[in-house]
Amino acid sequence: MILTNTTNYFGQLVNYLSEQMGIGGQILAYVLVAAIYLSFFAVAGLLLVYVERRVAAFFQLRLGPNRVGPHGLLQTIADALKLLSKEIFGTNRKDNLLYKTAYYLVIIASLVSLSVIPFSRGIQAFDINVGVFFISAVSSVGVLGILFGGWGSNNKYSLIGGMRSGLQMISYELSSGLAIITMVLLAGTLQMSGIIEAQRDTWFIIKGHIPALIALFIFVVAGTAESNRTPFDLPEGEAELGAGYHSEYSGMGFAYFFLAEFINMFIISAVGVTLFFGGWLAPFHLTDSLPWQPLWGAFWFFMKVAVFIFFMMWFRWTFPRLRIDQLLTLEWKYLLPIGLVNIILMAVLVYYNILISF
Amino acid sequence: MSYLGDVIGGIKTLMKGMKVTGSYFFPNVINKKYIITRQYPDEPAIVMERFKGEVVMWHNENNEHRCTGCQACEIACPNGSIEIIWNRVLNEETGKKVKQIDKHIYHLGMCTMCNLCIQACPTNAIMWSTNFHNSTYDRSKLTKVLNKPGSKLMAGVEE
Repeated sequence: MILTNTTNYFGQLVNYLSEQMGIGGQILAYVLVAAIYLSFFAVAGLLLVYVERRVAAFFQLRLGPNRVGPHGLLQTIADALKLLSKEIFGTNRKDNLLYKTAYYLVIIASLVSLSVIPFSRGIQAFDINVGVFFISAVSSVGVLGILFGGWGSNNKYSLIGGMRSGLQMISYELSSGLAIITMVLLAGTLQMSGIIEAQRDTWFIIKGHIPALIALFIFVVAGTAESNRTPFDLPEGEAELGAGYHSEYSGMGFAYFFLAEFINMFIISAVGVTLFFGGWLAPFHLTDSLPWQPLWGAFWFFMKVAVFIFFMMWFRWTFPRLRIDQLLTLEWKYLLPIGLVNIILMAVLVYYNILISF
Repeated sequence: MSYLGDVIGGIKTLMKGMKVTGSYFFPNVINKKYIITRQYPDEPAIVMERFKGEVVMWHNENNEHRCTGCQACEIACPNGSIEIIWNRVLNEETGKKVKQIDKHIYHLGMCTMCNLCIQACPTNAIMWSTNFHNSTYDRSKLTKVLNKPGSKLMAGVEE
């Protein structure tokens, strides 16, 4: 099995429990790992919603939620409880199967991509040899969920929102894929842990200097577009589409879409951190001699992801929304050609070894 | 070369926008001049002196007011927000009966803050307060008695 790798803490758990209790223990271990990931999904989603509201408020010289709990920390929990207790209703003429499967697809896509992300040394459920490729493949399934939601709602605004989302995600996946390939040229592997090991001495953003910077820029733009955030939030453009593809969802159905959007932001930041900023590696080997290595790794990983997420929020509260033709012009006339040239540049640099490394 | 120029110009303008919003986010790092909002319930509110919050009656430290009970304000009030209950009391020194207010009743719920009562008052007994925390859960609490219990007319007002 994939999980039985002994350098992995989840693998050790599976091995231990299956030795103790046989096949039942193995299943128990899988359930435990799944529970850990589900609870991480919920906690990270709620925390990100809180952080987003708070950061947005500070950008607009407001305070944001600060009344429920200390500094408003319990606000999103209260919101989630409210959404849980709400009645779920939809339109009469919806396509029931598509309408109901839509949010599960979105959630499953983000949860499965979460399983490949290395949080620290040995804290990764699913260390396969095509890790980055797997993430970009699975995150496309999320588009399917949004398209299902838009079609199944039987509402023209939802349909336009869903179609726009499909258009946007399929376009921008090209660019983010090209940026990922550019960095994979430096690592020589698609495995997430392998990519991090390759950065042990020099992070790729320094090692790959100019093409890495261009790739980072392309990746951030494409990643923001893939997670459907402003300036690319055409699928739920409030001015023209109401709420876009999730207009007809209420209660937890809406909350799933909402949480998945924030988890997608986390996943894109995590992939960016892994590819460009050395994942869970400490800067300048600061904490390499200290005990509790996995915890230090997780600390640095989450710090880097937090900075990355903060920049995505900064973009959101600064830039105005693009028109649909501007969106496509940006992708097909600017990002894609620059990305293609960038790959060639990076390949030449790697071939002649014109790289910065310490 | 206008293609690369467009790209670089685009990045430049994006950076410019981020600099503006960044200065909002880090006001302590860059400058504080943008912060003009007062966080009212946490910080005290600034109210202008001329603000017309509610009508009050001035009392000095001996619990004396300046209202002679002439009812000019009651007559001036366009919507009957002021009622004065008064009676005549014998003044021991002069032996004359003089008017004295018993209750100066002010219906804040009906008041339109038109300032006519204060203009009409010949002895400057009533004035504006800047207090604006006037909301209550019960409408009867908006009917106020302006003179404090046990208060009496200040000496020398009625010449």
